[in-house]
Amino acid sequence: MKYIDEYKNKEIAQNILWQIRRISKKKINLMEVCGTHTVAIFRNGIRKMLPQNINLISGPGCPVCVTPIQYIDEIIAFSRKDNFIITTFGDMIRVPGSTSTLEKEKANGSDVRIVYSTLDALKIAYDNPAKNIVFMGIGFETTSPTIARAILKAEEEKIKNFSVLSVAKIIPPAMRFLLESGEVNIDGFICPGHVSAIIGSKPYSLIAFQYGVPCVISGFEPLDILQSIYLLIRQIENGRAEVEIQYERVVKPEGNKIAMDKINEVFKVVDSDWRGIGNIPLSGLEIKDKYGKFNARKFAIKKEETKEPKGCLCGEVLRGVITPPECPLFKNICTPEDPKGACMVSTEGTCAAYYKYN
Amino acid sequence: MCLAIPGKVKKIFNDNTAEIEIGGIVKRASLDLIPQVVVGDYVLLHAGFAIEVIDQEKALEISKAWEGNID
Amino acid sequence: MKEEKILLSHGSGGKLSYNLIKELFLANFNNSYLERLDDGAVLNIDGLRLAYTTDSYTVDPLFFNGGNIGELAVYGTVNDLAMCGAEPSYLSCSFIIEEGFPLSLLEKIISSIKKASLVAHVDIVTGDTKVVNKGAADKIFINTTGIGVVKEGINISGNNAQVGDLIVINGPIGNHGIAVLSEREGLKFETEIKSDTAPLSSLVAEMLEVSKDIHVLRDPTRGGLSTTLNEIALSSKVDIEINEGDIPIQEEVRAACEILGYDPLCLANEGKLVAFIPSKIAPNVLKKMKENKYGKESKIIGRVVKKSEGKVYLNTTIGGERIVDMLTGEQLPRIC
Repeated sequence: MKYIDEYKNKEIAQNILWQIRRISKKKINLMEVCGTHTVAIFRNGIRKMLPQNINLISGPGCPVCVTPIQYIDEIIAFSRKDNFIITTFGDMIRVPGSTSTLEKEKANGSDVRIVYSTLDALKIAYDNPAKNIVFMGIGFETTSPTIARAILKAEEEKIKNFSVLSVAKIIPPAMRFLLESGEVNIDGFICPGHVSAIIGSKPYSLIAFQYGVPCVISGFEPLDILQSIYLLIRQIENGRAEVEIQYERVVKPEGNKIAMDKINEVFKVVDSDWRGIGNIPLSGLEIKDKYGKFNARKFAIKKEETKEPKGCLCGEVLRGVITPPECPLFKNICTPEDPKGACMVSTEGTCAAYYKYN
Repeated sequence: MCLAIPGKVKKIFNDNTAEIEIGGIVKRASLDLIPQVVVGDYVLLHAGFAIEVIDQEKALEISKAWEGNID
Repeated sequence: MKEEKILLSHGSGGKLSYNLIKELFLANFNNSYLERLDDGAVLNIDGLRLAYTTDSYTVDPLFFNGGNIGELAVYGTVNDLAMCGAEPSYLSCSFIIEEGFPLSLLEKIISSIKKASLVAHVDIVTGDTKVVNKGAADKIFINTTGIGVVKEGINISGNNAQVGDLIVINGPIGNHGIAVLSEREGLKFETEIKSDTAPLSSLVAEMLEVSKDIHVLRDPTRGGLSTTLNEIALSSKVDIEINEGDIPIQEEVRAACEILGYDPLCLANEGKLVAFIPSKIAPNVLKKMKENKYGKESKIIGRVVKKSEGKVYLNTTIGGERIVDMLTGEQLPRIC
């Protein structure tokens, strides 16, 4: 496949690794913020290829993992109501709420449908005018414009039975939050390429400038990741802290303005709860009152009492404080077949990646 | 956190959607987030939307830079 | 406590299926035949070694690019017999049909079954028909059971993999999984990918002509190559190593996997087999396989490295190494 296969070349990988070994002196922690990077790193076996003084820490960039349990309970409560169709990306279907999952509700007869695009969810609304269609609006900046677009289209086409339960989040505040907390020592960030395609490189400059932590915006193929690691090491060893774009074929410094305009038209930035991390100021997206009729929270809904899984250390994992094997539940009572925490259920969750590939 | 995949724009329709070819598969996607696209462009596809155009010159740089093991 | 229910994932052929089989079925029915968890049982009846297997077919859609439920019902069971090293002879065929199902479609399915049984050289010798109320079944379900004779000297089983065995596959993986998926509502995409649905009995017979000393044969159907290799590694108590670059996958299948976030190693196949063959005879078996219509693209993809608790390792294209796990739960399209 064009623009994928070029970045899987073994000889070039060896060249980059040789250069990494050549210039890398310090013992450093690099955080890959994005879950898709975590999976790519594991699937390609990159961790074990790096010299031992380079430690990769997985970050909070898995939207499924950072969605607090009460919002899972909220969508489950919707699914139990008559006359509601729940539409969701496949990612959410097995995520455990306090006592159930959407998959289990579906087995119990709820109408839960997996969609590939927000516009598919809108089409379900159009085809089922007598039902209320609720879309589970998870995602970061890459996905938020597609949610915004569906809401704008619903407005244009006067589709009244479509609404979104927004749990959308924004990434840079979470990165700053991790640095502020001081819990983990992060020497450099491998920044999410697809989020950055939308937001551009500017939002990271504060991180590089204020905290002195280098940021490299990376693509997702193995050579992209290796090159980004090289660029980070080069900055660290030279005492620089800047924002560099490795994923230049996609990411422009200014991002995608049209997509950003869509986000800003539909959403307002609000404080937001991140599972296992806590409330991060100005890190979430809620639908503006102007589009309130498409906000699923207009419905009065009674959800069950929130029960966090006992002993689950997803929060520590998401903050990069511990690795999954350090959690007492990992592999013992928390497995992909019977996940306790969200980091095990999401394909790109750190625990699932450790379980599946390590 | 976000899967996205490069594909080639084959055909653009009046409703601002396009047929995008990815490794022999054709998928219909919305161009609402990058309306400037023309047929023949490579775009990045995420959840049914094209989200960015791929800069084909920049795409070659990584192999050029590293093939000869030059810093 | 809420009552636990059966989920679709229990039937996906992955880990949940494996656990259900072990903890419920095997725990209750345990005997020396069943505990091998092979694709069929090889029975010894008055000196005759008879392979015996059964399977139910519930594919949705009924007709897909490259095949249909009728063809699958014949070839699937024929292949399970072939994976025991048997020459398939007779099939039973039972139908559970939903009230209101169009007769013309049934006729089309039956005619496919007839054609497939001619191709695979099996006779359908007994059967059953049930019609259930609308909604009590989805359109049509088919069950087939097959028997065939296993020749003297053949001892093929999932617990028979030996250190040094080479692992061979007879062509590209994942085509069936993607062909079926591409027709599902909501995911629709255009593709030329055809299901690999095929009878493998002639291929297996020719392989066994070269040597009866083939250790393991398995068809990686539901759960895909990763699940099949893990099952073999576990029951033979060996570690397996495969090379990412050697695993044949068509570009279209890879592309579909990239789009939907699927793992091609976990996709279903209906005309593929993996064989564990002693390295000495492997070149000759491979040569013979390539002469068969269903083995032209056969390739060595890995080997058995050592006695162990049973893990599967993948050498990645860029020179790394990782573990390959079984499929857990049905694969779902994802955006993350």
